[in-house]
Amino acid sequence: MAGTQSAQTPSTAAYVRGYERMLLIRGFEHEMHRLFLRGEIHGTTHLSAGQEAVPVGVCSQLQADDYVAGTYRGHGHALAKGTDPEALAAEMLGRSIGVCGGRAGSMNVIDLEHGLVGCFGIVGGSIAAATGAALAARRQGRVAVAFFGDGATNQGYFHECLNFAAVLALPAVFVCENNLYGEFTPMGQVTAGADIAGRAGAYGLPAAVVDGNDLWAVTEAGREAVARARAGEGPTLLECQTYRHYGHSKSDPAKYRPPEEVKHWMARDPLRIARERLLEHGAAQDHLEAVEGEVRVRLERAIEAAREAPFPDPDEPRATEFAA
Amino acid sequence: MSALEFRTAVRDAIAEEMARDESVVFFGEDVGAPGGVFMVTPGLQERFGAERVIDTPISEMALAGAAFGAAVAGLRPIIEIMFGDFMALPMDSLVNQAAKFWYVSGEQAGVPLVVRSAVGGGGRFGAMHSQIHATWYQGIPGLKIAFPSSPAEAKGLLKGAIRDDNPVIFLEHKRLYSAKGPEPEPGQEVIELGVAAVARAGSDLTVASAGKGVADALVAAEALQKDGVDVEVVDLRTLRPLDVDCVLQSVARTNRLLAVEEGPRTGGWAAGLLGAVAEAGLHDIDDAWILATAETPVPYAPTLEDAFIPGAEAIAASVRERLGLPASPASAIARA
Repeated sequence: MAGTQSAQTPSTAAYVRGYERMLLIRGFEHEMHRLFLRGEIHGTTHLSAGQEAVPVGVCSQLQADDYVAGTYRGHGHALAKGTDPEALAAEMLGRSIGVCGGRAGSMNVIDLEHGLVGCFGIVGGSIAAATGAALAARRQGRVAVAFFGDGATNQGYFHECLNFAAVLALPAVFVCENNLYGEFTPMGQVTAGADIAGRAGAYGLPAAVVDGNDLWAVTEAGREAVARARAGEGPTLLECQTYRHYGHSKSDPAKYRPPEEVKHWMARDPLRIARERLLEHGAAQDHLEAVEGEVRVRLERAIEAAREAPFPDPDEPRATEFAA
Repeated sequence: MSALEFRTAVRDAIAEEMARDESVVFFGEDVGAPGGVFMVTPGLQERFGAERVIDTPISEMALAGAAFGAAVAGLRPIIEIMFGDFMALPMDSLVNQAAKFWYVSGEQAGVPLVVRSAVGGGGRFGAMHSQIHATWYQGIPGLKIAFPSSPAEAKGLLKGAIRDDNPVIFLEHKRLYSAKGPEPEPGQEVIELGVAAVARAGSDLTVASAGKGVADALVAAEALQKDGVDVEVVDLRTLRPLDVDCVLQSVARTNRLLAVEEGPRTGGWAAGLLGAVAEAGLHDIDDAWILATAETPVPYAPTLEDAFIPGAEAIAASVRERLGLPASPASAIARA
């Protein structure tokens, strides 16, 4: 996805690549769910199924060496930025070939080679990390993107960093994935004003409310925000409204969500929207089916290779406390 | 003796490293144009420009987060969190992001950042501007904590901290800012973190401390010499990693250890040091104890604050009491 020209409207072929990446994320999350139920993935895991259009749309507008900071619901952030699915699956499975050698697990993935400065287990941490990366990016002609949830907009990080980035005109894009629930609590119940995009006004920042389940809408909003950042015109806040298909974490069946609300959002599945739109825009049915088949095979192979990889050896005297 | 002032030593270290390495940047509240509340950094912004010496909002979480993000994206940030007490605010970025990055990432990269703060009591600043935050960060793998005791050491340790590829918490004792001393000796221009030094050789007792505690211990040692007690002073320089070997070697010579910590005993570094020395060097120890503060916040009133801080007089008195020497000393020390 890297290398897309931000000055031009992406072609249908580019959107097919976006659809392919969304399929990869969806398939990956389903596999993680399955492996968790089988006891092969440990602890907890936060799945991003349903939210794929947001990272894929935004990252389609980034260069390979731009920076991204993700959340504990970060598998999609990593895959959208280019992390290898086999290395990511191996990390979830705690294997030595994992992207962090099995030391990180689901919530703390780091992949500097692909510009992922980290996924953060503390709500709002990604906002701070991307703000700092933007300080370096300013000198490097790069851009830094923070993905975070609606819950993070009530953290100090959100307010401190939006102000900080605004006064320094940093090349940052703040992407809120508003999935309507902070853990188990409805966003509006704990968010004064219930208007996340509106909060940007307090910091003099441009903002947009975006249909986060529409790859085209996210891509266009991302294109403008990334171009603004790269041009030295400062940060942008995007509120991408979306919905998670699973609960908050593996222990949450999400029974607090009204059935009609779930039904409404499942009908607005970002993959379904993308597929229908691509067909409308002239993509061939058999081409899409071929893409879907390729993603399935790629994912199967990745998971298989990850499951066959060895666990890290606790006796290996390799770990050091400090970088030398 | 050419007189290098502590605050100038800090400034010179930053300036020399910024001149040496383009990736070094410096930011914090009031550090640029105003030159810092303790006048440590005037002139740096003029010399290196507002792109590299940045005045920031009063936002400690954003400051530390920005330092972490900038460090993993290729810069070597130095930030100032003005008073050590304010270091309660940026803990998430330093503890959860910066300190864990090297290990959790599978050793993809280090996080070269330095967090400078003014610390310590004696200035009548009260409970929220006088603490030493080192022990709040003591138990965090991946962090280093440096605490210089003299101008030359401040310069050498800060240069060492800036060149270190790991996050470093750097403490500057407020009562040392106006202290003057010699320039760094040859070979000590850049001091490696994690290595302690014997600041004064002696045979009867080892006093281990860091920061201003070392300066106080040296004054106490001179007074105790007149009472016939030959004190060795170990300057820890770095509280994490703690150079236990240096202390063990000293205790093997003196058989007695006093650790002086400006801060509460509970959870302090001195308790950890005594534990480590007991574990590895019990056969060498005739006596070991800690001189720390009361388990209260730092008080304001001069009488209360002076009694609270373990200065030179308190160190000398503690040694005399422990060794069974007369309480009335051969030579009195003015309160440090």
